[in-house]
Amino acid sequence: MYRIVRKEQLSQEVFLMEIEAPMIARERKAGQFVIVQKGGDFNERIPLTIADASPEKGTITIVYQRVGASTFLLAELEEGDAIENVLGPLGTPTHIEKFGRVVCVGGGIGVAPLYPIAEAMKAAGNDVRVIIGARNKELIIEEDKMRTIDPDLTIVTDDGSYGEKGVVTVPLERMLQEGNVDHVVAIGPAVMMKFCTKTAEKYNVPITVSLNSIMIDGTGMCGGCRVDIGGERKFVCVDGPEFDGHLVNWDNLMMRQRTYKAQETEDNDKCRGGICGKLGLK
Amino acid sequence: MKTPEIIEKEAKEILASLPSTLSPKDRAAIPHMDMPVQDPKERIHNMSEVALGYTEDEAIVEASRCLQCRNKPCVNGCPVGIDIPAFIHKITEKDYSGALSVIQESSLLPSICGRVCPQENQCQKYCTVGKMCKDVDKAVGIGRLERFVADHEADKSTVPAIAPETGKRVAIVGSGPASIACAADVRRAGHSVTVFEALHKMGGVLSYGIPEFRLPKRLVDKEISKLKDMGIDFEKNVLVGRTRTIKELMEEDGFDAVFVGTGAGLPKFMGIPGEDLVSVFSANEYLTRSNLMKAYDGEHSLTPYFHAHRVAVFGGGNVAMDAARTALRLGAETVDIIYRRSREEMPARKEEIEHAVEEGCNLRLLSQPVEILGDENGIVKGVVIRKCELGEPDASGRRSPVEIPGSDYTVEYDTVIVSIGNASNPLIKKTTPEIETNRRGNFVVNEETCETSMKGVYAGGDIVLGAATVILAMGQGRKAAAAINEYLKENK
Repeated sequence: MYRIVRKEQLSQEVFLMEIEAPMIARERKAGQFVIVQKGGDFNERIPLTIADASPEKGTITIVYQRVGASTFLLAELEEGDAIENVLGPLGTPTHIEKFGRVVCVGGGIGVAPLYPIAEAMKAAGNDVRVIIGARNKELIIEEDKMRTIDPDLTIVTDDGSYGEKGVVTVPLERMLQEGNVDHVVAIGPAVMMKFCTKTAEKYNVPITVSLNSIMIDGTGMCGGCRVDIGGERKFVCVDGPEFDGHLVNWDNLMMRQRTYKAQETEDNDKCRGGICGKLGLK
Repeated sequence: MKTPEIIEKEAKEILASLPSTLSPKDRAAIPHMDMPVQDPKERIHNMSEVALGYTEDEAIVEASRCLQCRNKPCVNGCPVGIDIPAFIHKITEKDYSGALSVIQESSLLPSICGRVCPQENQCQKYCTVGKMCKDVDKAVGIGRLERFVADHEADKSTVPAIAPETGKRVAIVGSGPASIACAADVRRAGHSVTVFEALHKMGGVLSYGIPEFRLPKRLVDKEISKLKDMGIDFEKNVLVGRTRTIKELMEEDGFDAVFVGTGAGLPKFMGIPGEDLVSVFSANEYLTRSNLMKAYDGEHSLTPYFHAHRVAVFGGGNVAMDAARTALRLGAETVDIIYRRSREEMPARKEEIEHAVEEGCNLRLLSQPVEILGDENGIVKGVVIRKCELGEPDASGRRSPVEIPGSDYTVEYDTVIVSIGNASNPLIKKTTPEIETNRRGNFVVNEETCETSMKGVYAGGDIVLGAATVILAMGQGRKAAAAINEYLKENK
């Protein structure tokens, strides 16, 4: 059992949980993820990137957005409650080296998993610049934490309610234009990572992205997370989650992410009168 | 097809007519008892077990067919060497707990093996009665009798004797058939045993792979709880290679030996265009969603499954049959099993193929998929199929398929399930370079001891064999356990 020692609501739909998981806390490296299953026979396995960890306290931190029934149920848990299953650390750790200047771009809740990578990049001696973006001010998370890495970080919102109005590719392009950018790391929605890649491509700068594909076991068994990387079939769970953005077949990734779209809509409808109704939710 | 009621009536009539002492000729004349099964039209609408199991009368009739051959040819066909005539004899005496004791001397999981072993290629293949009838299907139903005994005695099985604690510790990686068998034998020798499983349920392929309608999960849970009663520790959510490495287990965590039974867990794809379309699934994914995540129970499960209408399953093995039959139960209107050779060469068990066909799956034989076509949303809309003919026998002894040029045609489907086998999972190989692997990534082990090239590390099951069966995996687990027990004795 994995006890929740701290829970914070970062925005209306975004939650942070610090969970006791000493073995994972000890072994994890930047860029790795866990699979969380609330317990019992019927709950989904949810892949979530490790946002932070403390080997001393034996805890890891996850950040997730309440989007469907499973994350809704997870968000019902409070401090002191336990999650039955947390598997990890999964995936290949981020390749950290001293590149020089590294721009880290985080979109939405992608800012959370970006933090340990930005932190490790800084620790490796890089000059780290941070860009964080969201739809509006309410949805900007972990700003203070990110400021510890880059006090002059750039904030962008779609509606201009905080920071610059626009999308993350605008400040990214500005920084690339200024020159001296040696590496870009982007984590966020697939479409954001796709356009960050296109922007970096223009300036011939390498970019690392973290892919969030459909996944069940997280150990290489199901093949649901397969992605096309430069024409080769790779599994996000064991070969990734991070890949060279320039090699990712973005259209295929985004298409495959929509596999259960129709069913999820159906399930959400069912959820209102169905299982969630039975559980006394919504 | 005979209904369960008719089969039971036949059994009663035969029992009443049997003379008190039976000559071998009398025995061989007793007709083979059919297995009562759920009506195909009904069973495709539920997940309950297809084969219902023999009643007591049926079991006694079937057991009476056994000639009690002195040379026991059937035992040679059993990978774990169960004294088959002895347990069958106990059935004829209605001594079912005695029958179970005989089985348990050699096999740990009779309720599971009685259901999933390919008996027609093992014990039953050598059965004298089958030979006399010139039909392996008329051999004594050893597997069905094994299942009968296990089910009849389900609540009575006792914890086997455990030798005094030795203080030695053994880590078992994975909780599938090889691991379970190894864990039990090592524990019996008095060593402390911890089983590490990555998933949230124990049982490996028995839990995530084999469907409920073929192997009810309550049986798997029961076997695991029996092992817990023996004092074996089970730790879930541990992926060896990531959470801990084998080296760490041995050097830091104090395990004296390790058994790796991680299975063959990396699905293979065909390498044809269109395999990355949205409604193309590996059989592993399709079955894991339904079995492990219980997606078939839409009322309760939060894991979705793809609502397929016209399904193409690529492959002709047991897993392909499981996937095809699962698709029917999840509401598919048509299911085609596309296989490049003929029915003769299909690697699936005959019974599984028959069950699939009875349920309405179509066999599209001598057919090789060459391309999967998709619509603008990436959903499958069809498969281009090339016709094949049979050529010369290949290395496997089966006649090899030869593609016929210019024979391509397209069939409409909305879902494809690829079930052409698994490659070995590279995780342990990557994190434990000390372990020698072959070209295919399988562990290289000493055939007698199952020891790997790393001292104190043993391996068995699909990680060594490639794709094999539950019973072969168990056989290797037991072989490794014997070697581990020997190794720990020497290393006091």
